[in-house]
Amino acid sequence: MTHDSSINTDGELNNSSNESEQNWRRYFSFSTDHKVIGVQYMAMTFMFFLIGGLLAMIIRAELLTPEANVVDRPLYNGLFTMHGTIMIFLWIIPFNAGLANYLVPLMIGARDMAFPLLNAIAFWILPPAGLLLLSSFLLPNGTAQSGWWSYPPISLQVPPGYINGEFIWIVSLILIGISSIMGAINFLTTIFWMRAPGMTFFRMPVFVWSVMSAQLLQLINLPALTGALILLLFDLSLGTQFFKPLENGDPVIYQHLFWFYSHPAVYIMALPAFGIFAEVLPAFARNPLFGYRSVALATLGIALVSIFVWVHHMFTSATPNWMRMTFMVTSMLVAVPTGVKAFAWTATIWRSKLHLETPMLFAMGGATMFIFGGITGVMLAATPFDIHVNNTYFVVGHFHYVVFNTITMAIFAAIYFWFPKITGRMYSEGWGKLHFWLTFIPANITFFSMHPLGLQGMLRRISSYDPQYQGWNIIASLGAFLLGASTLPFIANIVGSWLYGPRAVNNPWHATGLEWITSSPPPRDNFEEIPIVKRPPYDYGDPKYSVLENSNNRD
Amino acid sequence: MQRRTIHIDESPIRLEKWRQYLPNWLKRFLPSGGGNAEDHHGKGIFGFVVFLLSESIVFLSFILTYVALRLTHTDWLPPGVKGPDLSTFVMINTVILLSSSFVIQPAENALRRNQLNKFRFLWLTTIAMGTYFLVGQGIEWSQLDFGLTTGLVGSTFYVLTGFHGLHVLTGVILQVTMLVRSFIPGNYNKGHFGASVTTLFWHFVDIVWVFLFSLLYLWQA
Repeated sequence: MTHDSSINTDGELNNSSNESEQNWRRYFSFSTDHKVIGVQYMAMTFMFFLIGGLLAMIIRAELLTPEANVVDRPLYNGLFTMHGTIMIFLWIIPFNAGLANYLVPLMIGARDMAFPLLNAIAFWILPPAGLLLLSSFLLPNGTAQSGWWSYPPISLQVPPGYINGEFIWIVSLILIGISSIMGAINFLTTIFWMRAPGMTFFRMPVFVWSVMSAQLLQLINLPALTGALILLLFDLSLGTQFFKPLENGDPVIYQHLFWFYSHPAVYIMALPAFGIFAEVLPAFARNPLFGYRSVALATLGIALVSIFVWVHHMFTSATPNWMRMTFMVTSMLVAVPTGVKAFAWTATIWRSKLHLETPMLFAMGGATMFIFGGITGVMLAATPFDIHVNNTYFVVGHFHYVVFNTITMAIFAAIYFWFPKITGRMYSEGWGKLHFWLTFIPANITFFSMHPLGLQGMLRRISSYDPQYQGWNIIASLGAFLLGASTLPFIANIVGSWLYGPRAVNNPWHATGLEWITSSPPPRDNFEEIPIVKRPPYDYGDPKYSVLENSNNRD
Repeated sequence: MQRRTIHIDESPIRLEKWRQYLPNWLKRFLPSGGGNAEDHHGKGIFGFVVFLLSESIVFLSFILTYVALRLTHTDWLPPGVKGPDLSTFVMINTVILLSSSFVIQPAENALRRNQLNKFRFLWLTTIAMGTYFLVGQGIEWSQLDFGLTTGLVGSTFYVLTGFHGLHVLTGVILQVTMLVRSFIPGNYNKGHFGASVTTLFWHFVDIVWVFLFSLLYLWQA
């Protein structure tokens, strides 16, 4: 089956010709073209991003006042559960998969992914799984209410009835996991086997390294979550006793299995974002990436270290002290390869002439915000401090600095940076800059105010709180509403530019990298002729190699 | 597309210097840059092996759950329950399943040498052995004195053996598919990819059973 699918047999009519490039219908069909699948991923996950953002707006509206007056408590529990689940499993991880789907074959000089049919199947598992997850809002008892961790025994305390929100949540997550594992197999095979002649490992762009490391984590760690969810499903529906403390089971085992995946999950989300920074910063600084080899190896290093840090989420779960100490040290070790990357980004733009277009703004903003999120991360890795702020808004602030201010910023940077390549048209720079400032400032307002809240002791996942916390909460909520409004210029810009924007050239940024040498958008087989790679990546500023092209749409 | 020589320039990076320290089997799995896009068989085998790697992690999570629960409970068996019994029947089942690995490998080799009839005979033997194991496991399940909800022993035993049995069933279905395909003229391409993958999968299932058998039957309470 696999063998047959690696021959490009497209089930569509006239897909081989470039006339259908502008045919929007192909984005709604079962296509095996990695570029179509990539756009499908990105568009679908953006819809889920909007839904998750809407849930966040309701949560922030609830937290404007100390009383629970907007939604009742079970619905509030469902809101933050679904917000977390959607944003992690249906926005960031699949969006990165979609972006990688589009870019990795182009960057390594392949005609398609290794297994195109598997690729299409992996995508088409996601919409049913996502709709299944959303459908649990319509159940009489509502959605799952145990947070996105779904810890037993609290997740097993559901109202009676065979089909409940928790059941649907578990099934949906198992489906999403299967899709991710398919994607991981595909990406690893593609990167190992499909590179163009001369494209050695140390000539791959850092984005490809990031995808490789992230997908390695998917492959090794995600099955643990699948296993844990299967056991949880048995506990929930068939009456087994794995995680039931009242009947000999041990809920901490679930926590171990869960975090064995879900800690690396944040690196699965973050590593592609770091790869995006490594692509965008050199292009707009016109400088080679500083210490390319170290950055590439640091990417792999982050992935390897992150497998051994999962217990830092369980410092308060009756963890013995020797384990606390060990995992405190390993968690702090992650800062070393991450620091290598941060200094490399800084050194890349050091004393260079910056071209501050929208992607660069987002990349610099995201990288800056990552420093802040990383510092609070090192603070949280310290066990005593973590025991103090455990389950408070300090933790929420920390990971939102990483997942929104870093990763989502990087995603926006990627959207703007590769928009001309994907669509063949140019976005509007003014609207893009407006979107950046509307994102950057409110995001800082919102998520910074969560740190003092947490230090004062406001717990997460509560809908009513002590009146002393109201001041910071109002600030956070107002920032959040501004943040919600900031997606409007973005959507207007993207949709309008895609339809009516000026035509883009092949390489509007004068960037290096194989994806820029084909036409915009690329033809069905990506390249007229498979290029032979003769040079390292990021050789900006070398007149021997610079791509000479007349671009007239860089205003 | 014919293979072209790779032009090596004066790049600051010594090309793929790290590969020379790898063992040969790993070198096959990490092909150097360029020219492997047409190797469909190698690509497929690589993809399937990493899939088996992720499968083994699922099994590992179940096994570690079982071990952790078992180590932290002194009263493993509820009163009046004997637990999984190391009977002759189970032993025969295990021997049949494990020896089927040594039947399927010659079958695949025969297919590679295009000895179709030998392949079909050995392949059919493997299918029979796998089916025997499945039926035997069903009979064993029906004779046990505990069910899925009988304490931790029931939960872990049935989930582990059931998940493994599901894989045996998948393997048998794959084998039947390949046997049917071998009778369709022109269906078997030069690589015999399906049969190779089924063989790999079958070895994997057998190796998993070695661990499960040791942990569930030999580790007596």
